[in-house]
Amino acid sequence: MKKHRAFKVDRDAPEYTGPYRPYDIVKEGTIALIVIAILTVGLAVLFGSPDEPQRTIKNWATADPTDFVVTAASELSGSSGVAGYGPPYNNALGSVQYLGPFHLPDILGVRIPINTANDFVLDPLRSQPGPPALESALATYDAASTSQQAGWANAYASGTVSSDGSTVLVKFADGKVVMPPGTYGPVTELMQSETAIARSGALDQALITGTGFYTTDYTKPDLFLADGGWFDGIGNSQNLGGEQWGMMNETNSYPGQAWLWLYTMLYQIPPYNSTWGPNADVDVWFTMIVLSGLLIFVPFIPGLRSIPRLTRVYRLIWRNHYRAIERPDA
Amino acid sequence: MDDVTVPPIASPEPGDDPVTKTTGHPGDAKMWTARMRRRVVRAFPPDRLLPDRQPAYVASWIYVFGVATVAALVVVIVTGCILAVKGPQWWHVSSVGHLVNSCHLWSVELFFFAMVIHLWGKFFMGAWRGRRAMTWIVGGVTFLASIVTAFTGYLSQTNFDSQWISTQAKDGINATGGGALFNVLNFGQMLMWHITLMPLVIILLTGWHVLLVRRRGVVPPYPAKAEKGAVALAEVAR
Repeated sequence: MKKHRAFKVDRDAPEYTGPYRPYDIVKEGTIALIVIAILTVGLAVLFGSPDEPQRTIKNWATADPTDFVVTAASELSGSSGVAGYGPPYNNALGSVQYLGPFHLPDILGVRIPINTANDFVLDPLRSQPGPPALESALATYDAASTSQQAGWANAYASGTVSSDGSTVLVKFADGKVVMPPGTYGPVTELMQSETAIARSGALDQALITGTGFYTTDYTKPDLFLADGGWFDGIGNSQNLGGEQWGMMNETNSYPGQAWLWLYTMLYQIPPYNSTWGPNADVDVWFTMIVLSGLLIFVPFIPGLRSIPRLTRVYRLIWRNHYRAIERPDA
Repeated sequence: MDDVTVPPIASPEPGDDPVTKTTGHPGDAKMWTARMRRRVVRAFPPDRLLPDRQPAYVASWIYVFGVATVAALVVVIVTGCILAVKGPQWWHVSSVGHLVNSCHLWSVELFFFAMVIHLWGKFFMGAWRGRRAMTWIVGGVTFLASIVTAFTGYLSQTNFDSQWISTQAKDGINATGGGALFNVLNFGQMLMWHITLMPLVIILLTGWHVLLVRRRGVVPPYPAKAEKGAVALAEVAR
C-alpha cells in the first residue's frame, strides 16, 4: 500500500529521474583488490611489522631482581595491585569504580578467582622439588596461624621499601636476596626460593601450567608481571603508558590502533583525568557506548542527522550533479 | 504418501533464464522454496544485484572507499588464513611468516583507513535517507565489530605488545563488569574470538551491508534547493 507523507529532507531522498551512466562494478572491485594487495605488500616490505619480544618472569627476575622481590612480597602479603583489585579476580575493593551508584563488576562477581599469595607464591613453591630449607620454610609457614603468617609477610613486604615507598631497601647480591634486619620468619626463605625459581624460569612454568599441561591462559603470569615496576617501565619507554595515549600506540613507533584515538583521548582530558579520575575507566567506557549509539542511530536523531545538510560538504561530493542542474548551460 | 499427481516439469528451454522465472510451476507457488525464491528475486533482481549502470551522480572518488574497504577485507582474510594455517607462533620464527604478518597488519591499517573515509563520506552524504537507515546502522555496527576484531588480533600477537595491551585493557573492561566473561589476558579465548567469532560476524555484516546497498541503491543527492526550505511530497511504501 502506498501512502503519502511529508517529505523531510534529512530523512527522505528524492526519486532520481536523471541520466544513468555505465558503471562496471566488477571491474572496479577487481582493480580495487589488486591495488590494495599491491599497497599491502609494498607497505609490508617497506615497513615490516614490529615484534617486540614477549617478557617473562624469568626476564624480570634476572633484569631487576629487587623489583621482583618487592612485587612478590606484596603478592604474599596481599598488598599488591592484583591482591586488592576486586572482581573479577577477588572480593577486594582496590579497583572499585562506580558508574553513578552502580558497581558493575559486582553483577557477575568473581569469575577468575586469584589469591595472589597462593597462586603467585605459595603454590608455585609447593610444586617445586625444593631443597630442605624451602620445605622446612613452607611447613613452618603452613603451620603458623593466619595472623602470624600475615605478620611475617607484612613485615617482609614493608622491609623491602622505605616507609614512604620511595627507596627500595632490599638488595640482591651473589644470587641472594639481602633484606634489612627484621622478623620475617620463614618468609625470608620463601622469597629466596621464589626469586630462585623465577630466575630459573620454573615460576613461569608453574604459573602457566598450574591448571593443567595444555593451557592457553596467561592471566596469572601477565597479572604478576603487570604488578611490578619493571614491566611498566618497558611500556612507558615505548610510549605505551596510559598518559602517552596508551593502547592505540604500537611498539617501535608503528601506527598501531589509530582507530582507538577517541577512546584513548578521553583518558587525556578533563574531567576523565581529573575529577572523574577515580572512575575514569567506567566513565570512558560509558561515554564511548553513548557516542557509539549516537553514531549508529544518527538517522533517527533530529539535529545530528541535519549536520550533513547544514555543513554542505555534499555540495563538494556531488558538485558535478549540482552544476548540471543549476548551471545547465555552463 | 502423496495422493496428488504432480505433472513433471519440463526442463528449461534453451535460452530460458531460470533466475527470472520467479513463479515456477503454478502448483508449487505456495512451497516455502518457491516463496523464498520469489522474495529473493524480487528484492535482488540481477540488474540490481550486479548493476552495469549507475545514476550519473555516482561520480566521485568518495565512492571508491566502499569497495576499497571490501577489497582490504579480502586481503585481511587471506593473509589471516595463511597465518592460521601455520599457527600463532610461526611469524616469530620465519621470515616468510613475518612478511605475511606484516601484510596482515598493513591490510588492516588500509582496511580501517578506507572504512573511516567511507563512513564519514557517507555521513556527509546523509546516506541513511530514503529508507536506507538500516544500511547505515549495519555499516556502523560493522565498524564497531571491526574494532573488536582488530583489538583481539593485537591481543593474539604473542609478543610484548599483546602482553602490554592486555594488561592495560583489562582495567577498562573489568570496570564495566565485562572482564568476567571477556578475559583479555586469556590468549586462547582472544585468539578464538579473533579467528572464528569476529570474522564470522564481520563477513555476515559486510554481506548484509552490501546487499542493502544493492537493494536500496546509492543515495541520491539532497534536493538542489533543500537548503532554501523546499518541501515536497514523497511517495513511500508503508
